Amino acid sequence: MILDSLIPVLLVLALVLAAAGMLKRINLWRAGQPEKVNLIAGLMAMPRRYLVDLHHVVERDKYISKTHVATAGGFVLSMVLILAVYLFGLQSQLLSYALLGATALMFMGAFFVWKRRRNPPARLSKGPWMRLPKSLLMFSATFFIATLPAAGILPEAFGGLVLALILTAGIVWGLSELVFGMAWGGPMKHAFAGALHLAFHRRPERFGGGRSTGLKAVDLKADKLGVDKPTDFKWNQLLGFDACVQCGKCEAMCPAFAAGQPLNPKKLIQDMVVGLAGGSDAKFAGSPYPGIEVGKAQGGPDQSITGGLVSPDTLWSCTTCRACVEECPMMIEHVDAIVDMRRFLSLEKGQTPNKGAETLENLIATDNPNGFNPGNRTNWAADQNLRLMSDVKQADVLFWVSDGAFDMRSQRILRAFVKVLKAANVDFAILGDEERDSGDVARRLGDDATFQGLAQRNIEVLQKYKFKTLVTTDPHAFHCIKNEYPELYPAGSAVDYQVMHHTTFINELVKNGRLQLSAHKGGTVTYHDPCYLGRYNGEYDSPRELLASLGIQLAEMERSGFRSRCCGGGGGAPIIDIPGERRIADMRMAEIREVGAETVAVGCQQCTAMLEGVVEPRAEVKDIAEMVADALVEEVA
Amino acid sequence: MPPKSVADLRVAALISVGKHPSSGRARRADQDARAVEMGLGLAPGGLEVIHAGNPNETVLRDYAGMGLNKLKVIEQSADADVVPALSEYLSDDCPDIVLTGVRAESGESSGMMAYLLGEKLGLPVVTRIAEIRAITDGQAEVLQALPRGQRRAVRVALPFIASVDSAAAPARQSAYGPAMRAELEADSRGIEIKDEVRAGWEENPARKRPKRLKVVKAKTAADRFKAATAKATGDGGTVMRDETPAEKAKAIFDLLVEEGVLR
Repeated sequence: MILDSLIPVLLVLALVLAAAGMLKRINLWRAGQPEKVNLIAGLMAMPRRYLVDLHHVVERDKYISKTHVATAGGFVLSMVLILAVYLFGLQSQLLSYALLGATALMFMGAFFVWKRRRNPPARLSKGPWMRLPKSLLMFSATFFIATLPAAGILPEAFGGLVLALILTAGIVWGLSELVFGMAWGGPMKHAFAGALHLAFHRRPERFGGGRSTGLKAVDLKADKLGVDKPTDFKWNQLLGFDACVQCGKCEAMCPAFAAGQPLNPKKLIQDMVVGLAGGSDAKFAGSPYPGIEVGKAQGGPDQSITGGLVSPDTLWSCTTCRACVEECPMMIEHVDAIVDMRRFLSLEKGQTPNKGAETLENLIATDNPNGFNPGNRTNWAADQNLRLMSDVKQADVLFWVSDGAFDMRSQRILRAFVKVLKAANVDFAILGDEERDSGDVARRLGDDATFQGLAQRNIEVLQKYKFKTLVTTDPHAFHCIKNEYPELYPAGSAVDYQVMHHTTFINELVKNGRLQLSAHKGGTVTYHDPCYLGRYNGEYDSPRELLASLGIQLAEMERSGFRSRCCGGGGGAPIIDIPGERRIADMRMAEIREVGAETVAVGCQQCTAMLEGVVEPRAEVKDIAEMVADALVEEVA
Repeated sequence: MPPKSVADLRVAALISVGKHPSSGRARRADQDARAVEMGLGLAPGGLEVIHAGNPNETVLRDYAGMGLNKLKVIEQSADADVVPALSEYLSDDCPDIVLTGVRAESGESSGMMAYLLGEKLGLPVVTRIAEIRAITDGQAEVLQALPRGQRRAVRVALPFIASVDSAAAPARQSAYGPAMRAELEADSRGIEIKDEVRAGWEENPARKRPKRLKVVKAKTAADRFKAATAKATGDGGTVMRDETPAEKAKAIFDLLVEEGVLR
């Protein structure tokens, strides 16, 4: 029969072309900067990363998770069996039946893919992706039918030449999309690039339940700082971009996109793919950057990205809230890429827009973003009778005050926390004027030189004193000191203290019975997870436990926990202030209003400032430290 | 609009080490940076940025980060009077325009630099300029900044010295990468004259003086508005517009004699 001799030929052809395409694709990635990865260990770890870590993310959407298991599982199994049966000619009824089962499984999965695609949500890309379910159905159906005679269900030569021709056409279609297309940039590219991306991920610590959120330091002695052209990315970052499935989960979570600012994380990653392969974005079939027409962007591996591919406004719209990274089933690192490109603009071009340049200048000259006299840093505590580390040299707890010291609203949070510390008789001290900005804003604005300068001087001060725990009320400082400073510690010295957010610390005090709290008075309370506490550091429970111990039953918002929506205050976004249609803080306050909360509990002075910037009437914004301080039962002496 | 720059225009910007008003830390001096910005706008190719002082001063790189490949540093010790060295260097091959800040943020901060250089080099000095609007036929059309946002247009023949006011366009951001890679070309061949006068001075931090309470005399909003916007009107003086240049010069000369400036 024709098929028996034709299928092996088609298979070999598809595999050879796919191999050639893969080599070409690999060369595109290799144009990036070198980055050391462990090839063998990465490949060995890949199946587990795929089956466990990636599955955890996909599992959040049960429908597509089951669909994908059936489709991808069915396809991989079918492919193995097809090679065994048709290419290596292993004749066995058992194998044929297994192949029938695999293709049937795949067909079932493909059917549900097709169903989702009948009326796809806006976040999904259309274009070639609309073709994919049909290709999947075609592949599984034709191989199913073609295998029936081998399994002995249908007689040999059933259907004659007509069926054979139809099946051949189907097989050619199926193999083109699923094997050839995998290597030559079709929708199935995600399987090839995605698998390798899992193996050679730039942050392998993310797998196996770990967390890796700190930005990586720039080598300030390099010839070029930051990323100008696609080839300035590390090679495995390019590989990561190529893994995108255009599912748009990032787009659905992105606060800047929702606010109508010119950023769509999915489009950004696709533009990076355009950049690494060369060409234009005309074929992009998803949502555009709000306010920017699709089809005008041009790029190439050696062309400047901001010179026609991506507008700088797109890069500066990001609040670095990591919602896209958290949501991405392909584990792509959007924020790393954005900050890398910002670094080039700030460090090489001197083009930090709007108030950015002034903020950086202030940070350099006064160690705080608003240019206040650094000698006034401790003025807020004039009436607090706090001990300075420079006097006591050691304490159990170092209270990292952060730049909230200069802001009158934040000072209320600081005072509330001091009241709590004193009530629990904690042995603590502050650095006073020796403290500097943590460098968070400078780093997110791309000025890693200023960040590293601030960090190094802070580390020098921290190393002078002995303390067990560093506690701060600012999640941004918390993240920097906990996750980004260790890389900058001088060789031979190590971090000998633990870093805690104040909500975690107070929660421990309550658990250890060191604080007497009365019940919270007032109406419904909801909790807004700060990005740099939640997604960046995985601390979702302590603030909730603490609120529960105040007798509060939280009215949780739909976007809470790891899906919390940013207040709009991160990543220097309020300083750059790229215009949109709405304000992110207003959208967040609308969500707070939706659950009928009279009070929104927060754990971040930046969130407090952003949410309190929303016009009244609105929920009252209170830091958890303030709520605890209000509920303290003070013993009458 | 007339062309802002002529092809082979040569501009020198003199820079100093600034001092941040609240932290007192060394920085790129604001007015000097504006002078460099103005120079970059006038003659991107023919701009020479010159500092007289310590060639190892890292803050100078903040100026280089504005997009300069090279800074010229005429080596001078901390107690030197930089005017002789600068005037010697500039007189060698005098640029068309020499830009300085109005007054340094550190050191003597006397604001005399532009005048002393003008005297030594025999060049006209235009003070407190906000903008050089055009250069045509060897003459520059310059806007001087006056108080309360007023401007005075003057024409001055090249070459000249100008001090750049804080009203000039703000300096662009300094980028770290180019700043670190720029060349600080040290020149130690020049003369060095010790500032003997200054050596005899004793420097003390300024005492904080009590502030005079501001008594608001205005009774209505209109009065307050007028007080905030009206021109400062000096007593006396005459405006001479239609007289001949000789008559104007005579009037100035008489005034200087009367005030005891000229004897």
